[in-house]
Amino acid sequence: MANIVIDRIRKNFGSFQALKEISLTINDGEFVSLLGPSGCGKTTLLRIIAGLESATSGDVRIGEKSVIGLPPKDRGLAMVFQNYAVFPHMTVYENVAFGLRMQKVDDARVKKQVEKAAGLLHIEPYLDRYPNKLSGGQRQRVAVARALAVEPKVLLMDEPLSNLDALLRLEMRTELKTVLQSAGTTTIYVTHDQTEAMGLSDRIAVMHNGVVEQVGSPVDVYNHPATRFVGGFIGNPPMNFIKVPVENGRVAAGVQQLVVPDGSASEIVLGLRGEAVELANLPEGMEMKVRVAEPMGSHLLLTGSIHDQPVRVILPASETVRSGDVIGLKLDRNRITWLSPESGKSYPAAAA
Amino acid sequence: MSTANPAGFVSSRRWLLWSGIIALCAWVLVPIYLVALGALGGRQGVYQWPKTGLPMGISLDPFLLFLRTEGVTQSFFNSLGAAGITVALSILLGAPAGYALARYNFRGKDSYRLLVLLTRAFPLAILALPLTVSYIRLGLYDTIIGVGLIHTVLALPFAALVTQGIFLGVPRELEEAAWVFGCTRIQAFFKVVAPLALPGIVATAVFAFVISWNEVFAASVLTVRNRTLTAYLLTVLSESPMHYRFAGGLLLILPSVIFIFAVRRYLFAIWGISSK
Repeated sequence: MANIVIDRIRKNFGSFQALKEISLTINDGEFVSLLGPSGCGKTTLLRIIAGLESATSGDVRIGEKSVIGLPPKDRGLAMVFQNYAVFPHMTVYENVAFGLRMQKVDDARVKKQVEKAAGLLHIEPYLDRYPNKLSGGQRQRVAVARALAVEPKVLLMDEPLSNLDALLRLEMRTELKTVLQSAGTTTIYVTHDQTEAMGLSDRIAVMHNGVVEQVGSPVDVYNHPATRFVGGFIGNPPMNFIKVPVENGRVAAGVQQLVVPDGSASEIVLGLRGEAVELANLPEGMEMKVRVAEPMGSHLLLTGSIHDQPVRVILPASETVRSGDVIGLKLDRNRITWLSPESGKSYPAAAA
Repeated sequence: MSTANPAGFVSSRRWLLWSGIIALCAWVLVPIYLVALGALGGRQGVYQWPKTGLPMGISLDPFLLFLRTEGVTQSFFNSLGAAGITVALSILLGAPAGYALARYNFRGKDSYRLLVLLTRAFPLAILALPLTVSYIRLGLYDTIIGVGLIHTVLALPFAALVTQGIFLGVPRELEEAAWVFGCTRIQAFFKVVAPLALPGIVATAVFAFVISWNEVFAASVLTVRNRTLTAYLLTVLSESPMHYRFAGGLLLILPSVIFIFAVRRYLFAIWGISSK
């Protein structure tokens, strides 16, 4: 077991800055996701930690020991690759045993460890087969078993579920969580899928254009996004951003008077989660023009505009709102995030 | 006529396909058949007129007689030796070059690739005299090693470029997985990359073999007594009876055909058709 310290890591590809001074600490036994859209540098960061890519500057420490310049094999980690990278010329057994064989572990222990890892991932029936006889999901299990068999200090996963179909992905996600919880390995998990990151992680690091925009627990990141990007990237539907005028340090939402953190500004951006509202009568509520109402069964999804700016809100399925209606909304003032219109950064939650 | 007729379209497509296959097979097989006929038919078969094109009076005896002719077996083994040297050297030198081209980005990579091909731009005829002189000075003249070396030069560009394609076909992630799970770069190459690239490397070896086996100019110029089979036959056959010439031709064709047939599955691998 080991913690990981990423210290001011930079990576340039020619003149392009893929990573701009990233610092991040991952505690012993913690599961941290690197979440972001493609091209944000998350995979590059993971590969730098693994030693498959070199950093332009900065330091990576695993268990207090700097690993910069060490080859991947000397970093005490295991990795699950996006395309599984299961060796096609070896049986499943030999694949899972690969890391142990390289460590010159004796046969009896190899057998024990392989069977343990295979048991955790339910691949015992395939141990004698070659990977080309396996489905994508089974190959993925082999790749995870291979990583767990060496009992690594650190486990790195690079979008391990992205090549699976939706149903299998959900199933593997739950199973991964079960397996990793019992293993207690420090894990870094790269994904662009926010539901995966939310469901699996202790903490999420949201990355964008080579910068970590926010690090926090899934609930934290969801409810109090640090930047407009984070609020827009996490959650489905994404957070609504409504630019509203400020009068005497307050914003009027129907009869609701909301105190803003920065009274001197003339305008502020109101960040609102789609489900943090209730239906209200019109003069009292904030006015919303509904363009489309979609009953989803579990809830009612409304798309329309507030202050002529597009919004999406979610109401209980029991409410009846039709396309074209004009409705009033009462906002949950504890779940509002205020953002600066200029910088796109949010004001600290405590001040709101 | 111009209206769509799916059934007619399909059948004419099929007709085209099969006539194409037959034409290609005939292109390759008919000459081999005729050579074999000449080689195995003996003196009567060759001079018989009108030709029937049918196997008559076939026996192995004329061919075996030819094999017992002085110098034939010796030059056959010389050819094998030169081809063996060519295969070994072009794989040992070409495969690492191909690996470097496939996996590393270095300055002048494209020019290097072009340069590799440019070695084939100089006709051997121009190089023959300087080569002969240098070979005599170096003591390589009239040796099989010398012939193997010059054949390696001919096969090497091909080996480097084809193995580059083969190594590109081995997913990089597999190699990276090997590094992560405890391999040095060299161990990863031998444990993961080499086994997966093996079919393609075998195919490259066969091509190198064929290049050396069929090469006649350099082999004729650079040897006097230790001739390879092609060089030997070139000098001897013009003074031989017709059925001997056919027997020589057959002996030249057979090894290549047998080798290519034996590794036909692997040959597809270099065009990326092989399954991963």
